[in-house]
Amino acid sequence: MSDVAIPRQQSRWAHIAYVLRDNPVTLVAFSMFAFLVLSAVFGPALVPYDPLATNAANALQPPNWQHWFGTDSLGRDVFSRVIVATRLDLTISVAAVALSFVIGGVLGAIAGYWGGWWDAILNRLFDTIMAFPLFVLAMGIVAALGNTVENIIYATAIINIPFYARVVRAEVNIRREAGFVQSARLAGNSHIRVVAFHIFPNALPPMMVQVSLNLGWAILNAAGLSFIGLGVRPPTPEWGIMVAEGANFIVSGQWWVALFPGLWLMLAVFTFNLMGDGLRDLVDPRRRT
Amino acid sequence: MSDRLGVRPKMSLLTRFRSDAGPGNLKRTLTAISLRIAQTLPVLIGVVLISFVLTRALPGDPAAYFAGVLADEASIAETRERLGLDRSVFEQFLLYAGDLLRGDLGISLNTGQPVLTDLAERLPASLELTLTALIISCLIAVPLGVWAAVRQGSWVDHLCRVLVTAGVSLPTFFTGILLIYIFYYVLGWAPSPLGRLDFIYLSPPHVTGFYLIDSLIAGDTETFFAAARQLALPAITLALFTLAPIARMTRAAMLSALSSDYIRTARAAGLTPRTVRYRYALGNALLPVVTTLGMVFSFVLGANVLVEKVFAWPGIGSYAVEALVASDYAAVQGFVLAMAVLFVLLNLVIDLSYALIDPRIGFGAK
Repeated sequence: MSDVAIPRQQSRWAHIAYVLRDNPVTLVAFSMFAFLVLSAVFGPALVPYDPLATNAANALQPPNWQHWFGTDSLGRDVFSRVIVATRLDLTISVAAVALSFVIGGVLGAIAGYWGGWWDAILNRLFDTIMAFPLFVLAMGIVAALGNTVENIIYATAIINIPFYARVVRAEVNIRREAGFVQSARLAGNSHIRVVAFHIFPNALPPMMVQVSLNLGWAILNAAGLSFIGLGVRPPTPEWGIMVAEGANFIVSGQWWVALFPGLWLMLAVFTFNLMGDGLRDLVDPRRRT
Repeated sequence: MSDRLGVRPKMSLLTRFRSDAGPGNLKRTLTAISLRIAQTLPVLIGVVLISFVLTRALPGDPAAYFAGVLADEASIAETRERLGLDRSVFEQFLLYAGDLLRGDLGISLNTGQPVLTDLAERLPASLELTLTALIISCLIAVPLGVWAAVRQGSWVDHLCRVLVTAGVSLPTFFTGILLIYIFYYVLGWAPSPLGRLDFIYLSPPHVTGFYLIDSLIAGDTETFFAAARQLALPAITLALFTLAPIARMTRAAMLSALSSDYIRTARAAGLTPRTVRYRYALGNALLPVVTTLGMVFSFVLGANVLVEKVFAWPGIGSYAVEALVASDYAAVQGFVLAMAVLFVLLNLVIDLSYALIDPRIGFGAK
């Protein structure tokens, strides 16, 4: 193995700097993440055209200086729509991942700390959720709950809960009898307090890795659902829908309508995956690939 | 932080010695297999439970929905009674499970046929696509992963890493559209992306439902090539998507096998690098790869839906999408349930084959 063991006495910042120097890709990933967040926050205020304004005279223009990414079949500016869509796509995935983080964390901590029946029942439940092909389960949930953006978030959250719960359960379980936990109990802390403030923080580093990887999946998942016509409705700008709309024009050669939203979607997922790998390097040097 | 680094037990099954094969071994394997099959039952029950909950979570009154648009009060009440919706939830669940056991998934509003018939009709198309994609992707990913592990740090390794990260970031529906643009519109190599066979050909006589196999059985090579051309792009799209996890797992498993003690021993004993790599290391590394295939199937079954929609492939995925658009709930739920059962059974088969390949694996210990 070519992994370099890092001396314990190095400070955390030196360690981060070391990992970033060693792997410039991580730095690129964090910059791209900053770009995405900035376009989500300021994008709608900065884009040159109204993402919903149609202009039939200007339909299906290839990319040019006025319309960097061209225009779609209704003459809407693809660039503006792609940038504006960032906010919705990021919101869906962040909300879904935050939900599964919280619910998965709590359930995992219960299963890991108290064990017994709770553990058995929760594990069976997670097994059952994982027994479904996840995208298919998400389709079923959205179909049953109704076709709205909120339900896309819930469906994405539900299919991701087992991943978090498993991580937390394992991390909590191995520390249940640890010395620092027992001393915290002896000092008079309640069980809930011990779990929440003494054990749970130890599970945060591996969870952060999971969060970053999951954000990528969540975006793909949400975009896939809207691609097949679930969740977000046209004319709302959203990457999955825009690719679906562009798909109708690809066979007649108007590639830009589908290409740019697809590229942005790819870029976002790529960023989160790279960040996940980078975070894993920071958190757990032994698992470096 | 630092206590995390040392405490985890090494997950290295591979360094254990092979257990001796004796007469007791067969019996132990059989027990292990029946135990594993028994473990599937609670999961299947859970799957049925969740799909029952999904059925009951229909927006609005299910009775009004199933009675149809023109229903009046009386016929809604009649439907409620017929569906057993006026009984307790527990009784409803038993009724539902009973229907499932009889293979009754309801009637599709779109096609007017029983959902089970529809699914059975369309399943071969999906399976043909999925299996072709998996074969393509294994043929590329396994050698790539092995190569990357053997030449760790070389350009092959970097290529593998880029491919792996890019591969998991690719939205399948987007790759499909891109491939259509390049190979259909620009290059003109691929036929128009509309289904399994161009309309000028007749579908081969039904034997297996797989056009590639059926046309060969009929001895019709022209139809075979036409079907293969239609299949190429969607299969490549799916294969690109599954390439990443398989290559990644192969590389990781190969690396851990190559750095283990028995490989060092084999090298020290003077075996050729070729024997060490392909006989000893790869043989052991393939086991985790087989396990990964189970996870890959989950992704593929989901991605199938998107790819079938892009290529107008008449499989169960596009059936479900059509049903979703038309709010044809019975069809959607039948699809979700069928996929889950298929997936559970696939995992069962993978685990069982794993136990048969590797005599060290016993499920009894769990």
